[in-house]
Amino acid sequence: MKIVLQNLTKKFPNRNKKVKGDVIAVNDFTFEIPDGSLIGLLGPSGCGKSTTLNLLSGLLKPTAGKIFFGDDDVTGLPAEKRGVGLVFQNYALYPHLTVRQNIMFPLENLKGADKLSKEQMNEKVLEAAKLVQIDELMDRKPDELSGGQQQRVAIARALVKMPKVLLLDEPLSNLDARLRLQTREEIRRIQRETGITTIFVTHDQEEAMSISDLIVVMKDGVVHQIGKPQEVYDKPVNLFVAKFLGTPPINVFHGKVEDNKLYIGKDVIFDSVNVDNKEVYVAIRPEGFILKDEGVLGCNLTGVEVMGRDISVVSTHECCENVAIRSIIDADNMVNVGAKQVRFDLKPNKVFLFDKETEERIDYQL
Amino acid sequence: MEKRNAKAWLYLVPAILFLGFFMVYPLIDVFIYSFEEGYNSASQTFFGVGTYNYSYVLHDPYFLQALKNTFILVIITVPLSTGIALLISVGLSSIKPLRNLYQTVYFLPYVTNTLAVGLVFMILFKKTAYSDGLINMLINWFGGNSVDFIDGPYWAKMFVLCFYTIWVVMPFKILILTSALASVNEEYYKAAQVDGTSKFRIFRKITLPMISPTLFYLVITGFIGAFKAYSDAVALFGTNLNAAEMNTIVGYIYDMLYGDSGGYPSYASAAAIILFTIVLTITCINLLISKKHVHY
Amino acid sequence: MGNQVDYEKIEKAAKNRKKLVNGITYFLLTIWGIIVLFPFYWMILTSVKSYASYNSEYYPKFITLSPTLQNYADAFTQVPLAQYLLNTLIFTVVTTAIMLVVVILSAFAFARLNFRGKNLVFTLFLSLMMIPNELVIITNFVTITNMDLRNTFAGLILPSVTSVFYIYLLKENFAQIPDELYYAAKVDGTSDFRYLRRVMIPICRPTLVTITILKVIECWNSYVWPRLITDDENYYLISNGIQELRENGLGRENIPAMMAAVVVISLPLLVLFLIFRKKIMAGVARGGTKG
Repeated sequence: MKIVLQNLTKKFPNRNKKVKGDVIAVNDFTFEIPDGSLIGLLGPSGCGKSTTLNLLSGLLKPTAGKIFFGDDDVTGLPAEKRGVGLVFQNYALYPHLTVRQNIMFPLENLKGADKLSKEQMNEKVLEAAKLVQIDELMDRKPDELSGGQQQRVAIARALVKMPKVLLLDEPLSNLDARLRLQTREEIRRIQRETGITTIFVTHDQEEAMSISDLIVVMKDGVVHQIGKPQEVYDKPVNLFVAKFLGTPPINVFHGKVEDNKLYIGKDVIFDSVNVDNKEVYVAIRPEGFILKDEGVLGCNLTGVEVMGRDISVVSTHECCENVAIRSIIDADNMVNVGAKQVRFDLKPNKVFLFDKETEERIDYQL
Repeated sequence: MEKRNAKAWLYLVPAILFLGFFMVYPLIDVFIYSFEEGYNSASQTFFGVGTYNYSYVLHDPYFLQALKNTFILVIITVPLSTGIALLISVGLSSIKPLRNLYQTVYFLPYVTNTLAVGLVFMILFKKTAYSDGLINMLINWFGGNSVDFIDGPYWAKMFVLCFYTIWVVMPFKILILTSALASVNEEYYKAAQVDGTSKFRIFRKITLPMISPTLFYLVITGFIGAFKAYSDAVALFGTNLNAAEMNTIVGYIYDMLYGDSGGYPSYASAAAIILFTIVLTITCINLLISKKHVHY
Repeated sequence: MGNQVDYEKIEKAAKNRKKLVNGITYFLLTIWGIIVLFPFYWMILTSVKSYASYNSEYYPKFITLSPTLQNYADAFTQVPLAQYLLNTLIFTVVTTAIMLVVVILSAFAFARLNFRGKNLVFTLFLSLMMIPNELVIITNFVTITNMDLRNTFAGLILPSVTSVFYIYLLKENFAQIPDELYYAAKVDGTSDFRYLRRVMIPICRPTLVTITILKVIECWNSYVWPRLITDDENYYLISNGIQELRENGLGRENIPAMMAAVVVISLPLLVLFLIFRKKIMAGVARGGTKG
């Protein structure tokens, strides 16, 4: 099922009486989600991603704009008529019902022509349970399950009625680190197997990047960028997107362009960029550094963290916004830990320039 | 939205009907009754509007007797029952073995029928032609003279009434106080103990302040409950409380309403409003005092 | 050596002191225990003493060597005790059942649904909690009399149904259920009523049990309203039934039989209490008052 959002806007009345006007949680969204894809809505907390999810589920009504499932305008449809599956952050399993009863619950709501016989229901429940691999836990109560198992039950409950769209709200945030890795693969697998268009919300960029077909980066109710994860990572439209994606985070320097030369402090980074003279932000991905004795950028070395395959060189620079510059370097390189200075060459495709005023990315060529 | 509104009200309809019909309407009506002079319940007519009902009630010797009885009952039973309950609760929380058993036993009066067990108290205290009763037997053992607690002198009757009232209200107070005591953080006690604080000082300086909100809650509900005393008295002395000189305000209200002396809802209403005013005043005074003294 | 603190002695003194305090505590607690239990003992004892032996004891005896159940037979045959019990049972069950329905529906509306004026109505409900029964019973008496409902179950039950406090208690409990459960059910196409029935009620069962027990105790022991509204023996509940016995029946002559009736009346609630001891005590601690 293809999903189209058209100028979707949601305003909430302001709770804080000192501030006038409404809070705009979602501001004029327009985008299209292709059929059968897995979409990650990504952004810091309070950016409106959960509101978007609730608008899609029908639990909230938009202030303006439209939502289409396929060709059908579902904007006015209440949640119960939309046929979406929703998995909550804390799973919202009914504590007094067993796993089986929980999964069966949505099926028992069907009325009239859709009504299922007991056998049909059992069959569907088992099918959904098998899909998420919890068919051995059917008679337990939610509080007898681990977090990961509860999650699976919640997904099974959302899937059992074959929703047109599956919505997941922070699906991994309540799991520990190891389970998180495992579960995100699991979500990917389930989504592939069912082919249901799936939208999930997360504040964890790694999570979004790793499994999504498309990610939507949001901030303050505004969509900043939509694209394939690698595309967004490699070509962030603005400083916010660049900062938000990637671990360790991107290193941001105050720099300037003068006579086609890009400066960070006194160092000339690139000597022929086709950009007009102006102040810019220079953002360098951690993997964009090459350790070199006569490199273009000199930093004050503070330490080295060994991470097995890679090492992370930690240094500082007076022009850097970050407290510490982190650069990821192949472990084969030797760093003189006793030295005060360290010099880097830079990979041009890992260096982004952003306008100081608009924070938009400046395309440049060497 | 309109549809949801209507549905919500639908869920409330039964409650609103019941409350409206049997609480709100009567509440308004009782004020009207109390000002309708010479109301005749048979013909449902009245002569005029005024404060005569109040003045009648306030000059009625039976009402004054009931007022006096109720006040004595309140003044004796509320402090006494709260105090004893506090002692018992402190004792209960200081022991381990048998604690559950004691708690269960102490709670028994709560689930008994006041009228039924009152009869047991009556035969325990009653002196008849063929038996002095158990209590008098005990008094005789200790060299005292028999007293008829049920049909005898005023103070003997008042004693039984107070005793039975305390017996009846204790379970609730003990239960509430023991749970309040249990909720005081153990660490305060440990800290105080390590500092060498004496048990009594711990009680006065830590325990009492910590449970003072509960104590005041019990005092306030105790006052309200004791002012409404009635069925305890009926259990001991029978329904003709006026003759036994043991009537209470609530008893007076019901007697005015129904029974041999009944048929005067106006007088009953006036008395009920007087009672309500007294209870409200006392509760307000209590709340004012508690604001000054409760440590939370 | 003489200045050294004798720890052994201090330890021993502290131990003895503790023992003494403990002993006194148990002694006093036991005394109150006896005061509580004695009336129960006396009522059972008297109920198994034969009529003759009871009346021949000028000084009542603390035990009886020839217990008899004759008094129980008398209590059931000479007065309509079974009728009183049945009436009370009907009254209690029906009142509690209607109360539960009313309370659940309105608590649900307050806790889960949104409608205009909700806060105002809820505040009004709460303020009704302060209204003493004595104030409204007068008009209710007149109303029920005028409606010709005296000596009927309808007249007994209808004014006894409402309990604002229980609405409040249940509403608070309902409100604790996370909103997500409601949204989850909503997305799955669950109607409000089905959500109430299948999710809220089962989750809040402990509170509902508490409310039920408290109401049952209240109904079983209610005296004032039944006394006002019934003067036909066929509609007496146990409280006014036993009062009737005392003044015009067995109480005049056959004390042991009356005590047998008292035992029979007290037994159901005592048994209920011993079964649901923890629930009842927790429930009362949360929100019960006597009367």
